[in-house]
Amino acid sequence: MRPSLLVTAWVIARKDLAIEFRTRTAFLAVLVFAVLGIATFYFAWDATAVAAIDLAPGVLWVIFTFSGLLSLQRSFGVELADRAMDALLLAPIDREAIFLGKALANLLFVAGILVVTVPSVALLYNLPLGRTLPILFAIALIAAIGLVAVGTLFSAMAANTRLAELLLPMLSLPFFVPIVYGAAQTTSMLLAGRPLGEAWPFMKILIAFDLVFLTACTLTFPYILEE
Amino acid sequence: MTSRALPDDAGAASPVIADVETRPLFDWLFGVAVVAMVAAYVRAVFFTPVEALQGAAQKIYYVHVPAALSAYLALGIVALMSIVYLWLRDERADRLAESSGEVALVFLTAVLTTGPLWGKPIWGTWWTWDARLTLTLFLWFLTAGYLVLRGAVDDAGMRARYSAVIGILAALLIPFIHLSVYLFNTLHPKPILLKPDKPSMPNEMVVTFFGFFIACALLCVALIRARYRYGVARDALRAMDLAEEGE
Amino acid sequence: MTHVLEADGLTRSFGGRRAVHGVSLQLDAGECLALFGPNGAGKTTLLRLLAGLLKPTAGTARVNGQLLRGDASARGQVGFISHQSMLYGPLTVRENVELAARLYAVSEPRAAAAQALGEMRVTERAESPVRSLSRGLQQRVSIARAMVHRPRVLLLDEPYTGLDALGAATLTEMLERLRGDGATLVLVTHNIAEGLEVATQAAVMHRGRVVRRERREELDADSYADAYRELVGGAT
Repeated sequence: MRPSLLVTAWVIARKDLAIEFRTRTAFLAVLVFAVLGIATFYFAWDATAVAAIDLAPGVLWVIFTFSGLLSLQRSFGVELADRAMDALLLAPIDREAIFLGKALANLLFVAGILVVTVPSVALLYNLPLGRTLPILFAIALIAAIGLVAVGTLFSAMAANTRLAELLLPMLSLPFFVPIVYGAAQTTSMLLAGRPLGEAWPFMKILIAFDLVFLTACTLTFPYILEE
Repeated sequence: MTSRALPDDAGAASPVIADVETRPLFDWLFGVAVVAMVAAYVRAVFFTPVEALQGAAQKIYYVHVPAALSAYLALGIVALMSIVYLWLRDERADRLAESSGEVALVFLTAVLTTGPLWGKPIWGTWWTWDARLTLTLFLWFLTAGYLVLRGAVDDAGMRARYSAVIGILAALLIPFIHLSVYLFNTLHPKPILLKPDKPSMPNEMVVTFFGFFIACALLCVALIRARYRYGVARDALRAMDLAEEGE
Repeated sequence: MTHVLEADGLTRSFGGRRAVHGVSLQLDAGECLALFGPNGAGKTTLLRLLAGLLKPTAGTARVNGQLLRGDASARGQVGFISHQSMLYGPLTVRENVELAARLYAVSEPRAAAAQALGEMRVTERAESPVRSLSRGLQQRVSIARAMVHRPRVLLLDEPYTGLDALGAATLTEMLERLRGDGATLVLVTHNIAEGLEVATQAAVMHRGRVVRRERREELDADSYADAYRELVGGAT
């Protein structure tokens, strides 16, 4: 008897979130990193030289990228202890479900970080909250999907190699470029009050990236797990 | 390199291992490629008109763009062999991908060094963070990452599988990179040759360009071939050592 | 005739080294194969092949006629216990076993988990995180996790490691009951006496091959240990 793909993915996502919630250390560590990063950029900022609205998108997306990377690092670590991963591989579930479950858990983790970092950036750089927050969250979430899709796959790969901490950033960052580029351009355009139509081509890149890589990573993931 | 008689229990599946030929790494193809490159250089420097606006520095274009195209050729082989490997599980596909990846890195390095050499006289700066240059740099990092990944995995089967997955994903990334170029107004000259309508260079320059392109492609193929043969010999030696160990 | 568990010319290489070399076996309901052999003989690799965790380089492994590397549902009939607990430390005992129940699509995961915990006598620690348990208790939880979906085939890799007297007795009792109910077992162990207690067949692996195999009735427990030592030539 086999449970469906989405149900299995949810069971696995819930498991990962339960573990994360129990220990909490990883989430707090990434949160501290993100907040410290934002603060550092703020203190290094010469408000007379650069306008807030020019700097804010850059800060947001840099912090997004690196806290995303930190979140992904821990993704498969939990499976290596006591060969817990074997229990998942033994079960009559699709390997794709394991990927989707872990990606979903990572997405919720990253979303949790964003809940704190996006308003922080908006507040510090005096962005008009009412207008900008929904936009920023929407873009961040769409970008996060792509980030998490690629990052979860690479995290699985890196976990099995000798140079795990080096490989994850090294492999992932080139893939994050279209995401960050698209998101940053969209953000600065919308914050400057330009019409949605102008920013739409950049959004299209983001959405296309998400679709292509979510599919590709789900389909290639079983090859990573195979022994 | 001599061939040793393999014990029956060798265990490796590839037919190439059982019969290790002593093929030279650098042969006639490489010779032809080198001659072609020299000929193309001579033509570019001495027999092609100097471009009006950019002056002599424009001639770097003849090296820069073919090198980039050759790099893309090599990376295309990596992508194709990645798919072939996951489909057929033939280790020769993996070996070809490995060879092409290394050669691609060489050509990408050439692109990233000739670019600034061209940029300095023309734009007045060694480097700009415009879209295409930046993304070529990332392509370099991607290829380097591919090779580092290969170095970090000890098990041959796992290494081949992981490399194949990265190869395919990297290939999917390239259209997004190329797409981004057209969206951003950048410092980088718009493609002269690769745009839909007629190329806007006079014919002699086009001929020089294609000459360079063919020479570069030949060199690329010759290098991949040499590297592949090295890979065959290396893997055969490894298999023999392992088989001896197991006795 | 379809056997419950069948291996046909099963071979697995790692690089150039053959860990399992052309192993064939057929087991039916109610049988228990005790598999002995020195370290590095390939016993664990063979078990992982039979569990569907490893892909064979050559040959096939089947459960009730279904290829283990083919359809995922073949894996659903197999339970696997190793000396690694395969548990998540931060989660509780109950959560770990319920997770397994859900992944195997057991119809009432909570009830099934509770029952499995009861059978392995760990119910009173159900709400403790696994990492707070002793090694022996973790092993018992691991067994409960492997059993929760009532597998027809159970593969055990050195399951007695770390178990105290009560744990070992519980395990032996459970294995005998399972065998009586018609399950098929493959038990890898270093302890010949323990292995022969539940076995209906016994085999020895050496350097990737099965070098000796017979039914339990045909062998004498006392002389078997000596014969085994001679067979593997002092290798441990």
